[in-house]
This record gives sequence, C-alpha cells and structure tokens, in this order.
Amino acid sequence: MSITINHVTHIYNPGTAMAKTALDDVSMEFRDGEFIGLIGHTGSGKSTLIQHLNALLKPTSGEILLNGENIHQDKKRLKEIRQRVGLVFQYPEHQLFEMTVYKDVAYGPTNLGLSLEEIDRRVREALEVVGMGEETYEKSPFELSGGQKRRVAIAGILAMQPEVLVLDEPTAGLDPKGRDEILDAVQEMHRRLGLLVVLVSHSMEDVARLADRIFVMHQGKVAFSGTPKEVFSHAKELEQIGLAAPQVSYILEGLRQKGFSIPKDLYTIEEAAKAISDCLQGTKP
Amino acid sequence: MIRDITIGQYYAANSLIHRLDARLKVVAVMIYIITLFCIGSVAAYGLAIVALAAVVVSSKVPLRFMLRGIQSIFLIIVLTGIINVFTNKTGVPLWGRDWYLITTGGLSMAGMIILRLMMLIIASSLLTLTTTPIQLTDGIEYLLKPFGKIGVPYHEIAMMMTIALRFIPTLLDETDKIMKAQQARGADFETGNLMQRAKALVPILVPLFISAFRRAEELATAMEARCYRGGAHRTKMNQMAFGTADYGATALCVVFLLAEAVLSIWL
Ligand SMILES: Nc1ncnc2c1ncn2[C@@H]1O[C@H](COP(=O)(O)OP(=O)(O)O)[C@@H](O)[C@H]1O
Ligand SMILES: [Mg+2]
Repeated sequence: MSITINHVTHIYNPGTAMAKTALDDVSMEFRDGEFIGLIGHTGSGKSTLIQHLNALLKPTSGEILLNGENIHQDKKRLKEIRQRVGLVFQYPEHQLFEMTVYKDVAYGPTNLGLSLEEIDRRVREALEVVGMGEETYEKSPFELSGGQKRRVAIAGILAMQPEVLVLDEPTAGLDPKGRDEILDAVQEMHRRLGLLVVLVSHSMEDVARLADRIFVMHQGKVAFSGTPKEVFSHAKELEQIGLAAPQVSYILEGLRQKGFSIPKDLYTIEEAAKAISDCLQGTKP
Repeated sequence: MIRDITIGQYYAANSLIHRLDARLKVVAVMIYIITLFCIGSVAAYGLAIVALAAVVVSSKVPLRFMLRGIQSIFLIIVLTGIINVFTNKTGVPLWGRDWYLITTGGLSMAGMIILRLMMLIIASSLLTLTTTPIQLTDGIEYLLKPFGKIGVPYHEIAMMMTIALRFIPTLLDETDKIMKAQQARGADFETGNLMQRAKALVPILVPLFISAFRRAEELATAMEARCYRGGAHRTKMNQMAFGTADYGATALCVVFLLAEAVLSIWL
C-alpha cells in the first residue's frame, strides 16, 4: 500500500477567532513496505497529519490517496479505510475498556464483522507479535504495567490486519525497558508483516535506527525530508527548530574535533560504537 | 463536533461589561430573570428587551455566541411553545376544535413564553461570556458567605465549581480523542438502532470515566502536596473591589427595576 499526501492544508475551527492552521500545504509520499519516521516539535502538526491518513480528519484543502485512490471519494468505505490504515494514537492504553485483554483486542475485528474463528486467530496472532503471552489473555488490561498496556492497545490495531501501521509517539512516557519492548515489537511487525510503518517520534535515536526515510515537520510544514543521513546532516537547522541530531553524533563530532579519525554521517549507537572501537584499535594496535 | 458545546465559555474582550464586578453581574442577572417572570405588559417586555440589547451591544460579544446557547436548547423552546399553543384556550378561536383548538390567547401565550426563554438564556450566557470562571466562582463564593452561618460549605462549593468549569474543555478534548481512537478500531456511533447505539457508547464511557477519576486523583494529590486545606483563613490573589463603574451599573439596575414596576403596574 502506498500513500500520497497532496498539498494538504488543515485548519481547526475555521472561520472563528480560534482558527488554527495546523497543516500548511503538506505533500509527502510513502511507498509500500517503507519505514517512515515523522519528527517535529510539539504542535508542529504531526498528530493532525496522521489523523488524515485514516480519514478521521478531512483536509480543508488537498487530498490523501491510498494506492492512488482519494480516501474521501466514498463515504461508505470509511470503515474499510480505517481497517487498512491502522492508527495507534498517543497513549493508546487510555482507550482500553474491556474486562479482559483478549476481549479488548477482539473489539476491532468484531467491529469488522468477522467470524468467531477468524477473530480468535487474529487476536492470538496480534498478541503474539507484540509479545504478550497466553497467560495474560484473561487478565484485566488495567492490572498490566504501562508498557504491557500499550502493547495490548497496539495489538488491538494489529488484529484488524492493517496494510499500514501508523504510530503516534508510541514510546512517550515509558521507561527505557518499556520503550525498547515497544520499538522491538514495531520493528518485528515491520519485518514480519511487511507493513508500511509510519512512526511519529520525538526521539532522534529511535528514528535514526529504524526509519528508511524521515520527514521533519515545523509549524505545519515539511521542513526536511530524506534518508536519516541526509536529514541529520542539517544539524544546525534542526537545532534552530527545536530539534537536534541524535546524541551520539554530537559525541562523535567532539571526538573528531579532538583529532580522532572517525567518519562523518554516523547516527546510530551501533555505528558509533563500531567506529570508536575501530578508531581505538587503529591508534593502539 | 463535540467541541462546539459552549457551557461556561468565556469570550475575551475589553468591554465595560467585562470589567464589572462579578458579584454585581450575578445579582443583576438573577434580578433580571426574576423580573422576566413577574412582568406582564407589552411595554414592560419592550423595556426588558431594550435593556438586554443595550448590555449585549456594550459587551462587545458577537451575537452568534449567545445564539449558540439558544441553539442547544432549541428543542425545549419549540416543545414549550407547542404545548402552550394547545393548552391555552382563551381568546378568539382561530383554527381546529376540541384538543387541537388554536386560539389567539394560546398563540400570544406561546410567543410570550418563547421570548421569555430566549431572553433568559441570552442573559445568563452573557454572564458566563463576560466573566471568567474564576471571577464567577469568586463572586458566587462571596454571595454565599452569609449562608455559611447555617452550615453551607460555601468555599467548597465555589472550589468544586471552579474545578468543574476548568475540566469541561479537558474532558471534551478527551472524549474527542477517545472517540477517534475507537473509530480507528472500526467503531460506529452513527448507525444502528437505539440499543446498538447505546452499546457503542461503552467503549467511550469506560475510558472517559477512568481518565476522569485518574485526573481527580492527580489533582487531589497535587492540591494536598501544596497544603491545600479548604476555606479557613485563605486569602485571595485578586481582591474584589467595587469601582465607580460598578456603582453606576448598580444605579442603572435600580432604575430598571423601578421602571419595570411602573410599566407592569400602571400599563
Ligand atoms: N482538536 C484541535 N482543535 C484545535 N486545535 C488543535 C486541535 N488539535 C491540535 N490543534 C492545534 O494544531 C496544532 C498542531 O497540533 P498537533 O497536530 O497535535 O501537533 P503535534 O502532534 O506535532 O504535537 C497545535 O497548534 C495544536 O494546538
Ligand atoms: Mg501529537
């Protein structure tokens, strides 16, 4: 599934004193199977943008194409579009409501009107992908840990078997362990199911490690786009809009200035660790 | 959408009405509403309308904000009107017979009631549109103080109102978010029979209640952490004070009341 965002502008409360242009002529293109990172400062319009992808919001002007088809063409197909584009909201655990983990994950597939066997199959598969074992199925979602709750909520979307998975800051408010669990699960889904993943994030580290391409939003516009290397080469400009390159790149830059021979354009911790160890072995054989 | 609900919404503007003392405004609106139910003559209504219009204009709040309040109880207004048309059988018969007889008395009664309701809503929305929630609850707290002697916990009432008003927009936002999140899971709130629609609300209401309780608990903790312990000996950051404009407005209110009394009794 590919998504084309064509000159989309979105104005909240148009025509009132509280009118707010949250998106201003945004164009993007996501190709099938890609891992997209969407970053930007708070209020830059990320959440607004992704709510357009499954037709929860309607552009004030412009259009969204799924596989070349305008998603607002046919009102009756909204449910189908929401099934094909799975959207995980920020703090998705706040939407849990059922008595058990199993029932909550089954809510989406049930809304799709599937057979009981099919629902059961999907619920088990989704919970397995996010790493929730069978012993949790009959637990109340409210007695789980923060990271577990969130994984259950993500499973609730996965169980609808979307072709695109959009996650709005899935690691916000989690401890490092919970964060790693979620990101591992997301990476696993991308690899195993071959989904187009759109990851909204604050963390440059996460995006640098996972994304094929990055879009940087600033005040409702696309400020930069390209591969992580291309985008993070604009470290100065990123700082001006309240962002930064991944932290390791600052460490490497510091080392370079102290005279260590370390290559440029390294943005993940793994690359950095390898470069530093190569460099040390080079200087002290 | 759900955000259009405007309970207790404040419209920021710099007008004389905005600057008046909240206590005066609360009392004036109460007196105005009582007056609406006491007056009878056309001239008295005319004066009440003129007075309301004058306040609306000088408040600098666009009229459509007040009409929004009317919109939200439009159905009640229409129903009240219809009931009055058919239950009041005085005056000259115009159309129909038996129970569906329409008379001039019924029509004028219905018109009167509808007018009264609309004026009532405009007057009370003027109060919330021109007074910040904080000023409003401060004013109400002050006015309730005399009842403290008979055990009315006036400070607590005012605090609860402040908190409730403060959280209305938050909870509306939250509802909006939860609705969207469930729609992303294929929820459908718009089709189906009554039973199905009622059931479709569960996935919204459960998370909403949970989040409301979570917020209540967090707020209580935060207040306790700042040693909040109720009304005794608390001072206020903004002391309410009666200024020249307030005395002038009070005088106008008295003149209005006298004129209404004269118009109702002698005309
Ligand atoms: N429901 C809404 N109504 C009005 N304004 C909104 C709403 N949601 C977001 N905004 C405004 O739109 C802008 C973009 O917000 P958002 O898309 O949430 O940004 P981000 O997710 O990047 O933090 C912000 O200025 C925000 O205040
Ligand atoms: Mg956001």
